[in-house]
Order: sequence, then structure tokens, then C-alpha cells
Amino acid sequence: MASVPGDLKYTRDHEWARQEGKNIRVGITAYAQEQLGDVVFVELPKVGATVSQRQAFGVVESVKAVSDLFSPVSGEVVEANGALPTAPETVNTDPYGTGWMIVITPSKPAELDELLSAAQYEEFIAKGGH
Amino acid sequence: MSAYDKLVFELSSPGRIGYSLPESDVPGDRTARDLVPAKYLRAESPALPEVSEFDVVRHYSRLSRLNYGVDTHFYPLGSCTMKYNPKINEDMARLAGFARLHPLAAPAAAQGALALMHELAGMLAEISGMDAVSLQPAAGAQGELAGVLMIRAYHLARGEQRTKVLIPDSAHGTNPASTALAGYDVVEVKSLPNGEVDIADLDKHLGTDVAAFMITVPNTLGMFEPRIVEITELCHAKGAQVYMDGANFNAILGITRPGDLGFDVCHFNLHKTFTTPHGGGGPGAGPVGVKAHLEPFLPAPVVVKHGEAYDLDWKRPKSIGKLQAFWGNFGMLVRAYAYIRTMGGDGLRSVSDNAVLNANYVMKRLEQDYDVAVPGPCMHECVLSARRQKKQGVTATDIAKRLLDLGFYAPSTYFPLIVEEALMIEPTETESKDTLDLFCDAMIQIARESASSPDVMHEAPVTTPVRRLDQTRAAREPDLKWTSRAPRG
Amino acid sequence: MATRYIANTPAEQKRMLETIGAGSIEDLLVAIPAKARLSRPLALPPALAETDLIRHMSAMAARNADAESFACFQGAGAYDHYVPSPINHLILRGEFFTAYTPYQPEASQGTLRTIYEYQTMIAELTGMDVANASIYDGASSLAEAALMAHAVTGRTEIVLARGVNPLYRRVVATYCEGPGIRLRDVPAPEGVLDPEAARKLVGGKTAALVVQSPNFYGCLEDVAAAAELAHAAGALLVVVSDPVNLGVLQAPGRLGADIVVGDGQGLGVPLSYGGPYLGVFAAKSELVRRMPGRLVGATVDRDGARGFVLTLQTREQHIRRAKATSNICTNVALCALMATIYLSTVGREGLVKVGELSTRKAHYAAERLTQVPGVSLRFAQPFFKEFTLRLPKPPDRVVARLAKQRILPGVPLKPFDRALGDCLLVAVTEKRTKAEIDAYADALATVLA
Repeated sequence: MASVPGDLKYTRDHEWARQEGKNIRVGITAYAQEQLGDVVFVELPKVGATVSQRQAFGVVESVKAVSDLFSPVSGEVVEANGALPTAPETVNTDPYGTGWMIVITPSKPAELDELLSAAQYEEFIAKGGH
Repeated sequence: MSAYDKLVFELSSPGRIGYSLPESDVPGDRTARDLVPAKYLRAESPALPEVSEFDVVRHYSRLSRLNYGVDTHFYPLGSCTMKYNPKINEDMARLAGFARLHPLAAPAAAQGALALMHELAGMLAEISGMDAVSLQPAAGAQGELAGVLMIRAYHLARGEQRTKVLIPDSAHGTNPASTALAGYDVVEVKSLPNGEVDIADLDKHLGTDVAAFMITVPNTLGMFEPRIVEITELCHAKGAQVYMDGANFNAILGITRPGDLGFDVCHFNLHKTFTTPHGGGGPGAGPVGVKAHLEPFLPAPVVVKHGEAYDLDWKRPKSIGKLQAFWGNFGMLVRAYAYIRTMGGDGLRSVSDNAVLNANYVMKRLEQDYDVAVPGPCMHECVLSARRQKKQGVTATDIAKRLLDLGFYAPSTYFPLIVEEALMIEPTETESKDTLDLFCDAMIQIARESASSPDVMHEAPVTTPVRRLDQTRAAREPDLKWTSRAPRG
Repeated sequence: MATRYIANTPAEQKRMLETIGAGSIEDLLVAIPAKARLSRPLALPPALAETDLIRHMSAMAARNADAESFACFQGAGAYDHYVPSPINHLILRGEFFTAYTPYQPEASQGTLRTIYEYQTMIAELTGMDVANASIYDGASSLAEAALMAHAVTGRTEIVLARGVNPLYRRVVATYCEGPGIRLRDVPAPEGVLDPEAARKLVGGKTAALVVQSPNFYGCLEDVAAAAELAHAAGALLVVVSDPVNLGVLQAPGRLGADIVVGDGQGLGVPLSYGGPYLGVFAAKSELVRRMPGRLVGATVDRDGARGFVLTLQTREQHIRRAKATSNICTNVALCALMATIYLSTVGREGLVKVGELSTRKAHYAAERLTQVPGVSLRFAQPFFKEFTLRLPKPPDRVVARLAKQRILPGVPLKPFDRALGDCLLVAVTEKRTKAEIDAYADALATVLA
């Protein structure tokens, strides 16, 4: 069973969101990276880009699958993980840590409350995750 | 394992030559440097190999032996119709009148070629029940693009703005890709568990914004769509056109015709059904057939016959335009023509009869050891699921790799997407019962090994020139051309 | 119905049906509703025995004026170049010829290695970082380049120099219909891109500027100047180039091209009345994930041995479906193999010689033909192996008259450009001889006299 840290919020598209002061850090879950297999490429938005909740902000690719990345919240991208283009494998090895993808300054902070809790997400993936 | 591991660049020796060209026989000793301003010229010659003719022959002969082909191995790759490619077709394609004819020869100087194209288009129209056929598309995917663009032009000419095309979730990837390229939104329609169209769901999606429904017949599970006539009628009632992906035409030659089933457009894959060679990935040819109401929109030019003379008709104001610089993959057309003339109508019917017989035979022999995706009878191919083997830790990929060790190419795997651990097997009519028995024996052996010794499966293949390859490394650090540094690994 | 391409005998069919548990093949077709069945045999000509087929098709082939029995000066995108003998022998090896797309790499290393070699050679010739495994032909390669430029830049216009092969322009127009990309033409009154006109058309909406060199009329374009113009507007430069010329002519990549396309037919692929040919496609490495078509990459196997695979496949239709970079699946791998064997055989020195001989003979032919009274070069531009003649009589009539002397003198330009109704496009490859050129000039003088 893939790990689901209790202090994070989750989407049904398998992204996690972590509150860090006024910002939200975003990545994909351990379950998501397991389903994808070896990640070979990640395409992220530029710093300054605007993202909307449930809209695609980037792409993650494994050898034989490709998946859009959906933003957990709306806002402005203030950081993008510059290490991923050259080290995409960190999404597999450390999805909740060095494999993070972007940091967003949310424009509608309440959107975070709409996301799944760890317990809800665990239940979601136990049922097949879609 | 000591498989041949050279690239031609690694055989190169400065100053060695493999070509034979005459010296210049025109007066004067001016070179390109004198005739063409320097800014257009290359400073130094390109770094191509420097090898002898014999180096070339031995190198590529040895490389060829690293491949499995239909000539050397049973190749049950589902949906690809890997049948025998008759040798006489090659002789015909190499007749100088065909092989060395320039595409812009005046029609009066190309009457034989135009006659061949006109006759072939007519024969494909008869085989498909369509009213007109364009031979121009270079491959199935380009035939799809042409077909969908004709549908688009048809609706626009009637003043209708339709924005969506419906495609089953079991479709080949080219269907949604071609449709999106033609400017449509692709809407995926769910299939029933047995692969058939869910007519209620289709009906729900069939709004006035739907331009077309695109479907493969027989479907990608190898099954004939039993309610197909109902489906095409339903689509027409809603003003939508119906497109048939002809990838599986090998199942229905002389048995049923897309035109009679109500389809408005279909394409052919000459490299599947009509024996033109697959060539390691192409070239193919993807002629497209249409009903009369779409005929004005065919790609230009169209081969026409006036009295006894053939011509290219460019005056096609409603045409969707051109798809290739010239008239189509003519060399492939010559081969397909030779094949159809060799077979005749009865022969083609026999092709489909035997393709269906062979697929059902394989399915029957394997149904104890593998799960079948849908109970038979099937048409020209059968889809198995390795879900039973998966529980033993053996995947469709493992089975494919083990087959390579046992002397067979692999079935298509993981397609259609709606079948778990899919193994799609298309034996074709050109294989004998003896070959099918050997293949089935191997598959049964594999099923037993999956239970008894899954490690053998995970290790496979061990007899091939290389073992399983690191796909992740290839994608993470793309190495797409040779450089003179030492080889990797 | 017995045919030599079907192995099952009636006795075997019977045994197979017994195994299946069906009484007849008809019983296997029950899913097809009766009203959908064809109730008559297909109305096709009766089957021909092999000897009759040969007789019939040889007669058809004999009705064509081919480059074997005629002196061929036709070009316009397809050329009668030297085809070294080993190509035909090697491609006919069944392991190459009858294999399919190398989806099982362990059993397809032959094909994968030849494509990797091909990618390397095309990248070298074009001066680009990466080349794909092929597109159908030069025209569809250009169409894919236009789509790619649109996807990369997010811009909606493609500006094409008038010197781009007009048949290619029509294919680009077909492919650009769906995405709604607008095509704009830059005139070429002097046979090459008019820079002033180009400057007015290339701007913030331009995804790419497309030039061809040598262009359709045979004239060499200033690719470097076009690159500067495109890049200043933030657009890509797409160059259409015939790779067989690139032993002598400068690699477009060295002149600033972002994407290079062209038809590799000259690299050992037969004329074959227009196809199959070889769509060459090469680009800068930063664009690789937007490229259409298959790519082969080097990697290692489990034991660390070098091996090759199809890679970056998530771009392609079988994975990305409606969002794929292109709909292409089947390509022209066998033609790419022909080109690979060709480039290995002619090698570093031979390709230069092919170009040298072609340009020398073309310049000699231009001199000889323009000595015929009333005949002149239409454009005063440098050319390579092809040039546009202006004739004092209708070119199609000249073509018909010279055909009687087994000369195919060129391609009349009237169908492509009404303003050039008196022009004939003449191509001269390394295969043409002084005797053929002299005979052409003499015959032309007679016809025009």
C-alpha cells in the first residue's frame, strides 16, 4: 500500500497539496507514481503562470503512459522544481519530498478545504482510484 | 551471447569507397566551387561512413538477421495482418515501366500506370461496396484524416457546424489522433464488456453537434458488430456520417461490405489486407472509399477515364486537397493490384474464410489455458487476457518475451485498452495448421511455465540478440544518434 | 477454392472445424446478420495464373515512358538519381522486408539499428540535432513541420515562400484546415524570396517561415537571411531541402533552420510514379518532445549490452491518442533503409561526387539549351541541379515532340503557376550524359526551328 501522509490534502487526480505559510506546495502521490512506473519526463509551468483548480498545469510521463497534472487550487505559480527536468526519477523515489512539482500562492485559499483528507484519499485509492 | 553489435559508422575507414560513379564527361573543369557561390556550399564533406560495397552488404545482411520477419517467423501481431507477401508482387513493382516512371510524366506517357490505378480503385470499390475510391493516402492514418476531412467538408457544404466525432474506447490510437487533427473534439464512447457498441450510450451522445461516428469492423476484439446496420441507421437519423476503420478488412472480403452496412467512408490498409510488405514499419497505403454524396470532396487529383484514355482530373473545386505531393504510394498500389488479380473474387473470399478459421482454431486450442476476452466464434483474430497468469506474477509482456525465445514473434499486447493484460492474436490465412499447432503448443507451455516457473518468464528472452532493454534509460537520457565517442554501456 | 497463398487443405479445414466444434466455416460467421451479407460473389476479374499476370502487367508497364528507356530531365521533387545495386538486394531480405514496426525490440534489433543509423546520417546531412524515423514524403513532412511550429509557438500563421514546391503547399493547406492555421505566401518575382514582402508578412502571428533551397524553380535561396528574418519575429524557420544535394550544399542547420524537412527519394528510392518516397524530418534538440513520428534511441539490455528501442513514445498516437503530436503510425521505414544503405554505399566521398556531377552537368545543360535560339533562363539566380527555361513555344507541345525521340525534357510549369506558362523546369542528375544533353539541345533546336 502506497504511503499517504496524514498532514497533506489530496485530489482525485492523485496530486497532493501541502500548506506552507500562505503558499501551497504540490506534487503527485506515491500511489500515482507507482501506477505510472518510472517517470521519464515532467513538464511544468513557468514561474508567474496562473493556474486554476482542476485544470491541467503540466504533464508527467513514464515510458508508456502520460498523465496531465491537475492543480489542487487556483493561484499563481511562484516556484517550479527546476531539478525535475534532469532528475525526473525523484518523482518515483521521493514523491512527497524532493519530487515536488510547483508552489502556488492561492487566489482562493478556501479551495484547499474542498480537497480530500488523507483518510478520504486512502479510501479512494482502495476502491481503485478513479 | 555474441550477437553482431556494429553500426556502419564503426566499420568506417578513411578513404575506403563503396560507390561507382563515372568521371564528368561534360567539357571544362569547373567544380561546384566555380559554379555556385560559396555561401551556399558546405565547408567540409559530411561525416558519412567510408566503407566498401562488400562491407555494406555484409553489415546489412548481418543486421537483418537480428530481426524476426514474416518470411522467417510466425508473426501473430493482432490488428496488423502479418500475412505472406507474395514474391511475384515484387517482380511486378520492379518493372521499369512502373518503378522508373516519373510522377510528372504527361498522362499520355503514363497510360499504363493510370490504367492500373483506375482499375485498382474500381476493384476496391467493388470489394467495399463504395462508390468511389481515392488511392492517394499513404497509410491508414492518412486515410482516416482524408475521410474525416471529407465528412467535415460535406457538413460545411450543407451549412452545418458539427464539432464532435464519437469514437469507441476500444479504437486504435490513430482514430482519435486523426480526428483531432481534422479539427474535431473527440468524444469517447464506452463499449460493452464484450466489446460491442453500447447503443443506448451511443444514442445519448448522438446530438446535432456530432459529425461522425468512427468504428472498426470487425471490432478490435475480433468480433463482428452484430447490430451494425442498426447503428449506421441510428447515426444517419441524427445527421451523422459513419466511418469504418478498415484495419480488419481481412475478415470480411466477399462476405460483407461496408457500403452495404451503411458506412459512408472506409479506408483500406493495403499493407494489411492486400499483401504489400510492412517493411519494418512502412511504407503502407491507405486508400479511402466513399459513397456518392462524398465523392466531390475526394483528394485531388482523381484518376478518370474518358473513352479509352486515362487522365488526372484536377478540376475538383470541392476537394479536400492533396495529402501527398503526388498520387499515392504507387509502388504499393502495383503490389496490391497484382495480388487482387492473382486472387480473383473467389480467392479473396477464401482468404477471409481461412483467416476466420485459423483465428477460431487458435482461440479454441488456447481457451483452456487463457481467458478469452469475449467468447467465440471470433472473426480473423482473437483476444486473450493473461489475467489468470497475472495472478501468478506473469504479465502479457512476459508471455510476449517468452514467445520470442520459443521462435515466434509476439501478439499485440495491451491492446485493445479495454481488455486487461490483452494478447491480440491474428494468425492470418497464409499460415498452415502445422504452424498454428506449434504456436498453440508454445502458448500452452507458457501457461504451464507461468504456474510452475514464473522466473523463466521474467528472465525471457534469453535467445534473442539482446535481452530486455532499459526503456527508462532510453527515455530519460535520449541518445538518438551515433557520435564518435566510445559506445555506451 | 485453392490458391497458392493459403495452406489449409480441405482435409485440414475439416479437422480444424472439428476441433472448434463447428460444422462449417459458415457457422463461424453467424454474428454477421443475414441482411448484411453479400449475396453474390465479388464482381472482380477472374484470377490470373502467374505467367498470365506477368504478361498482363508487363503490357501495362510498357505503356509508360520511363527513365529506363528515355533520357529523363524531369524533376520538381522527384529525380532520376543513381541507385547502387546492393540496395535492392538488401531490402529484399525477408527479415527486413516482412517485419513490422519494432514493437518487440529484442526481435527487431536489425530494423532499430538501421533507423538509428538513418537518424544519425540525416542529422549529419541537415546539420540538425535529431531526425525522426521518417514521415510519408516531403510534402507531408512539411505539413507536419507546420503543425509542429504551430504547437511550439502557439501562433496561427505559416508564411511560405512562393519558391516552396506548390504540390507541397497544397498538402500543407490540407493539414492546416482542421487546426485553422492560416497560410500566407511571399512572392518570388525574381525566382527567390522577396525579402521586403517577407518582412511585411512575418510578424507576431507567424509560427514559422518556410523556405525551400534550392527552391521549386531550381534557384538557391538565402537561408541565413530568412532565418534572421524569422527569428527576429520569434518565429521558427522551416527549410525544405533535398538531402541528396547536401554532400555539396550547406547544411540548413548551419544556416539557422529550426526544422528541416524534405524528400529523401534521391537517396536510392525509385521514382515509382510518385511514391512511396521518404519524408525526412529533423529538428533542434529542444523541440524533440514536439516531434511527430517514431524515434529510435540507444540504451542497454539487462546484461549491459548495447541495444536500441523506440523511445519518447508518449508523443505518439498509440499512447497520447487525441493529444498526440501527429496521427502518423505506419511510416516509410523501408525507404529509410534504402536511404541508409545508399548513404553507406556512396559514403562521404560519393555523396560529394553525386552533387558535383549533378551541378556540373546541369550547368553544361543550361549553357547548351540556352544556345538554342529563343530559349533563355527564366531567372538570373544561382542554381544547383535544376533550372527554369523560358521557351518560345508551348512547353507541353515541346514535351510531346521530344518524347518521340525518347527524351523527357522536363516539367512544364503552367499547371503550377500561370505566370510561368512558357516555362519548362529542367533537372539534370549525375546520371545524364553529355551525349544525352547534346541530343536534347539538338532536338530542342529542331522542334523550335
